[in-house]
Amino acid sequence: MSGVNDFAFRIGTVNGTGSSSANGLLMQAIFRMGIPVTGKNIFPSNIQGLPTWYEIRVSGDGYAARPSALDLVVALNPATYAQDMAAVCPGGYLLYDSSWPMDPDLVREDITILEVPFGQMCVETFDGDRDRTLMRNIVYAGTLAALLGFDMDVVAGMLDEKFSRKKRLLDANQTAIQLGYDYAQRHFSCPLPFHLRQLDRTGGHILMDGNSAAALGAVYAGATVGAWYPITPATSLMEMFTAFCHEFRTDPVTGENRFAILQAEDELSAAGIVIGAGWAGARSFTNTSGPGISLMQEFIGLAYYTEIPSVFFDIQRCGPSTGMPTRTQQCDLLMLAYASHGDTKHPVLYPANPAECFEMSVAAFDLAERFQTPVFVASDLDMAMNDWMIPRLTWDDDFRPDRGKVLDREALDALPRFSRYLDVDGDGIAARTLPGVGGKGAYFVRGSGHDKHAGYTEDADAYREVVDRLKRKIDGAAAVVPAPVFDLQDEAGIGLVTIGSCDAAVREAIDLLRAQGLRLDMMRIRGFPFSDEVAEFLETHEMLLVIEQNRDAQLRSLLTIELGIPRDRMTSVLDYGGLPLTAQFVVDAVARVATEVPA
Amino acid sequence: MSSIAKPPVFHPSARTNALGLRLRDYEGGMSTLCAGCGHDSVTAALIQAAWELSISPEIAAKMSGIGCSAKTTAYFMKQSHGFNSVHGRMPSVTTGAAAANRQLVCIGISGDGDSLSIGLGQMCHAVRRNVNMLYVLENNGVYGLTKGQFSASADIGSTSRKGVPNQMAPIDPVLLALSLGATFVARSFSGDKQQLVPILKAGITHRGLALVDVISPCVTFNNHEGSTKSYAHTRTHEVEAVATDFVPLKHAIDIAPSNGAVIDVSMHDGSLLRLRPATAGYDPTDRAAAYAHVRACQARGEIATGLLFVDEGSSQEMCDELKLPAEPLHDLPFERLCPGSRALDELMERYR
Repeated sequence: MSGVNDFAFRIGTVNGTGSSSANGLLMQAIFRMGIPVTGKNIFPSNIQGLPTWYEIRVSGDGYAARPSALDLVVALNPATYAQDMAAVCPGGYLLYDSSWPMDPDLVREDITILEVPFGQMCVETFDGDRDRTLMRNIVYAGTLAALLGFDMDVVAGMLDEKFSRKKRLLDANQTAIQLGYDYAQRHFSCPLPFHLRQLDRTGGHILMDGNSAAALGAVYAGATVGAWYPITPATSLMEMFTAFCHEFRTDPVTGENRFAILQAEDELSAAGIVIGAGWAGARSFTNTSGPGISLMQEFIGLAYYTEIPSVFFDIQRCGPSTGMPTRTQQCDLLMLAYASHGDTKHPVLYPANPAECFEMSVAAFDLAERFQTPVFVASDLDMAMNDWMIPRLTWDDDFRPDRGKVLDREALDALPRFSRYLDVDGDGIAARTLPGVGGKGAYFVRGSGHDKHAGYTEDADAYREVVDRLKRKIDGAAAVVPAPVFDLQDEAGIGLVTIGSCDAAVREAIDLLRAQGLRLDMMRIRGFPFSDEVAEFLETHEMLLVIEQNRDAQLRSLLTIELGIPRDRMTSVLDYGGLPLTAQFVVDAVARVATEVPA
Repeated sequence: MSSIAKPPVFHPSARTNALGLRLRDYEGGMSTLCAGCGHDSVTAALIQAAWELSISPEIAAKMSGIGCSAKTTAYFMKQSHGFNSVHGRMPSVTTGAAAANRQLVCIGISGDGDSLSIGLGQMCHAVRRNVNMLYVLENNGVYGLTKGQFSASADIGSTSRKGVPNQMAPIDPVLLALSLGATFVARSFSGDKQQLVPILKAGITHRGLALVDVISPCVTFNNHEGSTKSYAHTRTHEVEAVATDFVPLKHAIDIAPSNGAVIDVSMHDGSLLRLRPATAGYDPTDRAAAYAHVRACQARGEIATGLLFVDEGSSQEMCDELKLPAEPLHDLPFERLCPGSRALDELMERYR
């Protein structure tokens, strides 16, 4: 199966030893050779000393899902030798650091084992523990460069770029790369049967993670207040927002900032700050993960009921409770749709990759202000923290934000009376006013029962009038949240329904299944509340498979609750072990059920 | 919170302030608190303070959480925006609003239930950030709306209406704020308007967070013999450490100094605080001394009141630290926020 520009390899190291820069170097070099590539960091919830892996998939055809099989495993952590040996696909290769001996009982006959004394070479070449530990990463990168046929000019160029101002580091890195490269050339037949060959399929593309892209979206959308509490895997979103803001929004002369970023004491406070700022007219947001959303639920209900724009990025990770904080899942779908107590429902956007993280970040701020309500972007650890190959991000300079219905002083003066929650236009959206504007716009925001004039009420009819309008308002968002994307064949009886970052694996699986002669349609849902198109797809397919990454089939439940599609009409394909979905998982699942349906 | 609208009736001879507004223009809805509630006196003091300072109602933001105290915001300045948030979370909502629009005059009203239990963390962090706001803590030692449970500010030995004594040590917001680096800390009594009004005016004018703990008796659940937060107990145990006179900007200083030494504090807006310590040697600009004084009073069963500590000179409010512009963030033109297509194109080169 594997061959030129079509293979995957994995590097197992100890976390906190500096391997990520070497892995990044390898990824980027492949990308610069014009070959589509993806990397998945499979890391522990720990700072130093535990096993960590990095998987790199090379796919000339551009498939970006986690690889279904590993052709080469690099074992640099004796603690995981057994695991790493077992991970190699039959006929594949294991490369390990022979400075630490391999238990002969572990050795497999069906694979090729390559030994390189990386540790020993570093002890002989470099001084001091720190350099020896760090440089071992670059030495293995050099060995991989030889084994996999990297273009050494590209690699050398990247080292020059990275260390242009640090001569000592540049020299050390060059020495280390060469050391690993030469050793492989002397001892092995290079390159291996599967290897790289220059291609031209990465032009117009970049390698970016979803948190950076979402942060950039927030900058471009004009968000000015960010409040947060650190949590994996959401942290880097605000860190990147901070970096971009300092680059683009700090006055170089006065040092004045056109943004406010507040690290709150907890997620509750972060939500409060976002809502306070949203009420005062700023585009504001927070970034968190499932545990943070749990803590913010009280405030989310307040913002829903008092109609305050606010944007919440939920970078989903494995729950429940602390769960597996460094593993990916789509386990907050139900929680986000109806977050908080009482009758609530919220617009939710489901990006599938970093490019959509950028687009939907911008869209979320528009929706929040247009509908005056909390809007969620349901990202996940896989797309948020891993580098994905995506088309270069572009921007339309004619874009103007939709600030929604906000009455200024002049508009207020023209009104006989301002009623905050009065539906004048019949779309369920009442005009709001901002504090500090003056005139007749002052009103009292209250989480307690209120009538259309924002006055306190305990009257059944006055209460119902407001909550019924809220329902109409949110239902209206179904038509404007991002539309589903379809991949349709003629008269396919099987419909695959999926969401978020499952996309890459599902699309690859479809290619494989269609090649086997199956007729399949696909719909990827991108927004909640569901639009009519979603219902139509479900109603027109005889067999439906809903593919998602959680245990309890949350997307399927939402489809049943919202659209009345019977549960038994939809077969769930569920992967929830915390690793990104593979195409093989989907192929196997579809094959199991599709045998019942004529192709 | 519930309130009843008050008919706007003005006496023709009513005086107006610098904005041409009468005292009654600073009133709100009719209170639905119990008759005699200390909070209503706080409301009256707030109305007086805002009117005397000529605060423009349109730039005031009245912020509260949940509880009897949270109702207060409905009873003053009806022409101002108000935000009745969730229990104990007034500080974070105010933090967001103050960051988004630093021109707002934020008046936060909380209580001992709201701020010293569920909201303790939020209060502490608002103090640490030095959010530019008046933070009034209406302190009565009980939960009123849920009918008389002890709050975290109840003193040891203070009894409930049924005679059960509280056993746990109280949380004193004044000591807490002093230890957290608050730049303005005062304690007053709802029954002492003469003391309270100048403190509120000074607090609103202060650049940063001004914590004003106001003993505000609950007539229904905590005004009996045996309570240390009753009118009678507070009146007899209150010891004023410092008397405050507020001298507005451009006014001649015409207050006669008392016997003790006078300490003048210049406020950021140009107005002046003239502080008259009741006991010789008390220095309201010395944090450690203020802390020791409150502790000593507490040991004697006394309640230290007055503007206990102020640090106007070095106070940097949150928006200063954030280096925010003078105008509200929502007023910044989009072109100054969005870097545009060319910047994005250049940025993309870093991701190759």
